[in-house]
Amino acid sequence: MFKPIRIVKKVPNVDFFRFHKLCFALSAFMCIASVVSLATLGLNFGVDFAGGILIEARTPAAADLADMRTRINNLDLGDVALQEFGSNRDVLIRIERQGAGEKEEMAAVAKVRDALGAGVEYRRVEVVGPKVGAELIRGGILAVTLSLAGIMAYMAVRFGWRAGLSGVIAILHDCLTTVGFFSITQAQFDLNVLAAVVTIAGFSINDTVVIDDRIRENLRKYKSMDFRDLINRSVNETMARTVVTNGLVFLAVVSLLILGGPVLFGFSMAMTWGVVLGTYSTIYVAAPLEWYLAGRGSHHRHPPGDEAPAAATP
Amino acid sequence: MLHIPRWKAAVIIIASLAGILFAAPNLLPRQMADQLPTWLPHQQISLGLDLQGGSHLLLEVDTGAITRERIANLQDTVRTAFRQPQIGYTDLAAGAESVTFTLREPGRAEEARRLLRAADADVEIVVEAGGKVLLRYPERVLNDIRRAAVDQSIEIVRRRVDETGTKEPSIQRQGTDRILLQLPGVDDPERMKQLLGRTAKMTFRLVDMNASLEDARRGRLPPGTELLPSEDREGGQQRSYVVQRRALVSGDMLTDARAATNPQTGEWVVNFRFDSTGSRRFGDVTKANVGKLFAIVLDNKVISAPVIREPILGGSGQISGSFTPQSANDLALLLRAGALPAPLNVLEERTVGPDLGSDSIRSGTIACIVGYLLICLLMIVGYGFFGLIANIALLMNLIITLAVMSALQATLTLPGIAGLVLGLAMAVDANVLIYERMREEIANGRTPFSAADAGFSRAFITILDSNLTTLIAAVLLYIFGSGPMRGFAVTLSIGIIASMFTAISLTRLLVVSWLRWARPAQLPL
Repeated sequence: MFKPIRIVKKVPNVDFFRFHKLCFALSAFMCIASVVSLATLGLNFGVDFAGGILIEARTPAAADLADMRTRINNLDLGDVALQEFGSNRDVLIRIERQGAGEKEEMAAVAKVRDALGAGVEYRRVEVVGPKVGAELIRGGILAVTLSLAGIMAYMAVRFGWRAGLSGVIAILHDCLTTVGFFSITQAQFDLNVLAAVVTIAGFSINDTVVIDDRIRENLRKYKSMDFRDLINRSVNETMARTVVTNGLVFLAVVSLLILGGPVLFGFSMAMTWGVVLGTYSTIYVAAPLEWYLAGRGSHHRHPPGDEAPAAATP
Repeated sequence: MLHIPRWKAAVIIIASLAGILFAAPNLLPRQMADQLPTWLPHQQISLGLDLQGGSHLLLEVDTGAITRERIANLQDTVRTAFRQPQIGYTDLAAGAESVTFTLREPGRAEEARRLLRAADADVEIVVEAGGKVLLRYPERVLNDIRRAAVDQSIEIVRRRVDETGTKEPSIQRQGTDRILLQLPGVDDPERMKQLLGRTAKMTFRLVDMNASLEDARRGRLPPGTELLPSEDREGGQQRSYVVQRRALVSGDMLTDARAATNPQTGEWVVNFRFDSTGSRRFGDVTKANVGKLFAIVLDNKVISAPVIREPILGGSGQISGSFTPQSANDLALLLRAGALPAPLNVLEERTVGPDLGSDSIRSGTIACIVGYLLICLLMIVGYGFFGLIANIALLMNLIITLAVMSALQATLTLPGIAGLVLGLAMAVDANVLIYERMREEIANGRTPFSAADAGFSRAFITILDSNLTTLIAAVLLYIFGSGPMRGFAVTLSIGIIASMFTAISLTRLLVVSWLRWARPAQLPL
């Protein structure tokens, strides 16, 4: 067999802390911008959360958007948006939530089907009543919050509370900036995007755990090393793995992005962004944060008596 | 120690073979897989409606209507119970959750209580000073009523869906008062929604021919009657009838109903047949009321009101109205399937056409395969022979994930594919962690055997921690999440568990066996 190609040949010696203040500032800025945008612009909720109607229709010939728009507007259903989707025969129709309730929602779909007439193929119809939309928002927030709490609890047990807290802050940072990105660009935020946000969190935490695991190991190995140097060393030692794994996953999601078709596009977009962001937040948010939490002024690795929990043996 | 006990090796190999066996049916076309002998695994992964096309309807049983009806009935119960012993009362009124009235003679409260108790054992009776009485149902009874209504609704929905000939529908209860209906292959659920949107409660009642319609429109109705609209129009105005509240015969006594055309007029009609109780009662009633009008009432609308010309004793009859072939067939179907105990509301509809479903599968599959091959290629470039071993483990990881999903009959959805991709990423990471660790140990000057051993045992802890963290998150997402998030969580969880098995057991078995056989002077890493 040939000699394998190694991208990271030997353990690098980069001072990742050198720019940590700049990165903190950058992250803080991104988080604040996200919060401000969420508070002022809010999210452009898709049908899943806001309620309403989404129809993906395919017309027999190239679609006459203006004609379709007039016909649907004549029905007096409130805000209607039409756009081409994929090809010039595919039209995406979005109709805002019908005030009163589920019955009106269902009646509106029937009206639209009537108005567009025969020959139109309905590739996708989604109708979500106000009750379900509100529940999906509540359920989504609950599920994500509890997952984060679960992650924090596990990491606190395995690596100590500092690692747990900084790990969760790093994921929150990833989730918040991703959601903020959707708020600033006003891109459609639906259940698939929420699933992508969770995937980003999962990927980011995986990275953080790998480095925390190395920190835990090194704490035992180098008893008198300065904690800052120790974290730095751990990040450097795992760099080869970070480059290979994250590089491979990045390539995989990019192929999903290019070949996955319009339905997977939103998801792969968020994933691609997430791989980059997750790598950044592990090295520049979680690791320095742990150092800060341990009291960065001290040259001791961390307060006496606060031994990291023992690692399991295989 | 680089030693794997024989039994462990056997378990690893058997688990891998079982994975292949359980995943294999997915390679066959559906029909062929169904024909496999039953002792062979023949289950395939079921595709979500977003991938195979179909309609998903979330229905809510309007249980409020049932409790309102119970309260209205309770009012009638009071009237009938007090009629014979002539207990006087005033201010009989039905509220949202209770019925109130005042006894004229507060001294007869005990007698009233006894009578009501005998008429309805479930009711809670509160007698206040001055003869004021409050009747209501305890929460426990209301819950039982609601649960029974939802159970019955599920049964009726199932019958109606079956009557339409939809293949492989799935009807599940969700929460306390919801029904999730999944109809694979249905791309226009309008008719289904129409069929489910009607309660189809049919009753046969007498028309009160002495009451004046004028008075009735002003709200002055003879006791025990109500004003109901009809389908017919008379001089541009909707025709109405004053009918008795009490039903002579009701739709649940029907045994069959079929749409047909009347040979004389060519009109569409619905022929029906009563069961024995229904026939007897229908015969008695028609015998006693020859010459009068009787109304066929469907969902509080009079669909026809013919004159009883002669006693109808055969137990069968005909409904004529202004039917189209479609509406006659629908009515017959609804009568056969039975009435819903309460109206159903459609809360959510998601329909995916068959084309879009197969398009998403095709592009999703292509993208996943390309991404997968890319990873495999780069693993070989990066780790050489060991990369090849990792690829076997990665392939096995995918096979085991698919096998577990087939065996559990889990549903693969679009977000599920995303979960597969993240699971694959975790599996790649596990192998990378092992190999990078081995390289570090070699750099520390260890011998091949000792480096491999240390690589596996140290990386194991990292893999365990990172996988368990993600697994915890995925399981919580499954428990508390809904719809797409659950599909994602299922494939991710299965993928992670499979990855822990393949990276830690299978890769290790392959590497150790090769080391023992080749005894290399240095690791090809």
